[in-house]
Amino acid sequence: MALVLNEEQNMLRDAAKDFCSKNVAITELRKLRDNKDETGFDREIWKQMVELGWSGITIPEEYGGLGFGYTGLGVVMEECGRTLAASPLMSTAVLGSSCVLLAGTDAQKSELLPKIAAGELIMALALEESPHHAPHRINTSAAKSGDGYVLNGSKKFVLDGHVADKLVVVARTAGKEEDREGISLFLVDSGADGLDITRTIMADSRNAANLELVNVAGTLMGEAGQSADLLDRVLDIGRIAISAEMLGGTQEAFERTIEYLKTREQFGVAIGSFQALKHRAADMFCEIELSKSVVLGALSALDEDSEDIAKLASLAKSRLTDTYNLVSSEAIQMHGGIGMTDEHEIGFFIKRARLCEHTLGNAAYHRNRYGELEGY
Amino acid sequence: MTDLESFRAEVRGWLEENCPASMRTPVPEDEIIGGGSKQVYENPEAKIWLDRMAEKGWTAPTWPTEYGGGGLSRDEFLVLQDEMARISARAPIQGMGFSMIGPTLLDYGTEAQKREHLPRIVSGEIRWCQGYSEPGAGSDLASLQTRAEDRGDHFIVNGQKVWTSGANSADWMFTLVRTEPQAPKHEGISFVLIDMDQPGITVKPIQLISGSSPFCETFLDNAIAKKENLVGKLNHGWTVGKRLLQHERSAISGLTTGGRSGRFDHTRSLPEVAKEYIGMQGCKLADAILRDEIVKNRMNSAAYNLTQRRAMAENESGGTPGFVTSVFKYYGGELGKDRMEIQLKIMGTQSLGWEGNMFTEEEKLATRSWLRSKASSIAGGTSEVQLNIISKRVLGLPD
Repeated sequence: MALVLNEEQNMLRDAAKDFCSKNVAITELRKLRDNKDETGFDREIWKQMVELGWSGITIPEEYGGLGFGYTGLGVVMEECGRTLAASPLMSTAVLGSSCVLLAGTDAQKSELLPKIAAGELIMALALEESPHHAPHRINTSAAKSGDGYVLNGSKKFVLDGHVADKLVVVARTAGKEEDREGISLFLVDSGADGLDITRTIMADSRNAANLELVNVAGTLMGEAGQSADLLDRVLDIGRIAISAEMLGGTQEAFERTIEYLKTREQFGVAIGSFQALKHRAADMFCEIELSKSVVLGALSALDEDSEDIAKLASLAKSRLTDTYNLVSSEAIQMHGGIGMTDEHEIGFFIKRARLCEHTLGNAAYHRNRYGELEGY
Repeated sequence: MTDLESFRAEVRGWLEENCPASMRTPVPEDEIIGGGSKQVYENPEAKIWLDRMAEKGWTAPTWPTEYGGGGLSRDEFLVLQDEMARISARAPIQGMGFSMIGPTLLDYGTEAQKREHLPRIVSGEIRWCQGYSEPGAGSDLASLQTRAEDRGDHFIVNGQKVWTSGANSADWMFTLVRTEPQAPKHEGISFVLIDMDQPGITVKPIQLISGSSPFCETFLDNAIAKKENLVGKLNHGWTVGKRLLQHERSAISGLTTGGRSGRFDHTRSLPEVAKEYIGMQGCKLADAILRDEIVKNRMNSAAYNLTQRRAMAENESGGTPGFVTSVFKYYGGELGKDRMEIQLKIMGTQSLGWEGNMFTEEEKLATRSWLRSKASSIAGGTSEVQLNIISKRVLGLPD
């Protein structure tokens, strides 16, 4: 397991850090929010990210991607996490491309992956049906109809759902709610008849949407009813990728807070000289060091296709959820009154942290799963 | 075959031939070998095993061969550990000679000091103890008052040290003493090595809450320390002493062994114990709240182990003395305590037995280990001291 970055990955990190700080600083997210931007990200910046190769970072070269691996994806996600950069990276380059790569037919891969890599296609994964992550609790139904399927049901919290060109919809072709058997993946055009997409305005100013599906035509990916394992792997990739993003946000919020502790004076001294704050800061530092290790370990497990991917994904998502929540909350507390103001950027992190928490399973979900994977 | 592969083959062959059968079993607490003149070898094979390993220098595998060490590279050392683990070979000897004063002498000792002291650690001839804390100098170690007066070719030392682990079985003590009482407290301290076998030294064991007595009080009453045993410059002992603490914290955190020997390895894992004492309901432990506590501890341990591996990968030379040791000392200490508290909850009153045959050995060990685990956030610098070090040295927060 590689727990340090190699030279190429370090160069990618430096390039990503440079790009994000210059082009997608938090001021950009604030603009999108204040302008009530309909897309929810800047297409021009997305185009530049595509030119840097980020949209195809894990897509094999034969399909027009970079084939740079998951650790490469991780360092990009981490840097985007630092500046809270809004982009379809998660929805398209992580979740969408993984669905196609793992579940798509050869024809689907040849058609869709080069388009994703070229930035010509935005995708979204329509999974959740309740306010809580429950990947196998699927009621959306898919019934055979002629050559294809018709889908009925509703979906929540679909990242980039309102701007996606194509959606991957998780639906049930057989079985009862919670059964693994019967879970299938379908490709659905965003303009399909009977598909109603409503954008939801979330606290972090990033994109999500709800879907209503009434007799919507879908194309099967993978084998009917047998996609629970594939879906789990796609979700693990997503969990690890978002953990990397969370690691970036956590570190940024922490560093900004430490800086504030050094400069803010009360009682005639820097507040960072107070042991009540020092110990909490040092404790957070330790949690962040452990967080770096689990993210690197999980990314490296994906690159090595290790047997521990599921456990490491849950370890990373659970730990990063706890750490990002802790650090983003403490960041507000340690900034005091100014931390409560919208004018100050520190408040953006706590909002993103909680949205990340509920993306693909919160800490308790992943602790429960970790225990199951360990056999108790 | 690469050099490392042929080294592995050589090690495997040598261990097969030289590791006695009774040394291939988990070692009970009372059979751990610390060496020194007071060590009793109840199992003669323990002495044979020690002598054979010492002959190869493999009791201190990475120390240079000119001081009796094995001269192994980091990778070779890991191979040796792997191969020993493969046949469950016991560590032939362990103690502060290896984990603390040896590495410190390699950093700061004179050539003569290294040649004098290191080979006798490697062979197990000399056992060391630590004279740091005093009744009035715990977390504020630099306020220590044990006085060493210059008498030409030697010092006369007077004072009292506490928490001198294993002082009653040690031959030598490395100690911090005050040599310049007028100087600011960090600048009047020297690091000296003292032969324990002299009339001026008295040792009294201290009984702990766990019932055992690993620590002592050591009284120095006109004890003599030769000048040649001053390590580092006069009045510059604080620098040497701090370096030793980093080695100590590395050892406590399992850093020097690459995370392969956690401190509670001799006990069963929490889920195993819980399956027996709590039972399963379907495919989950029957107590949902306790299960969550167990999972949390397991996940934190996994993250901790990955961090040990990352620290080693980042510093190929291994060991990583430096600020990072405070992260491990703090987190590892808290994790170990947490684990024992959970084990108590799992075993219930069976984990609170003190003695007698109504409790299994594992249960009685749990009681004692739980109490002893409380020291893991105190000894070697408290958790609070580690947090101070991190906030000052790493985060740069002001005093």
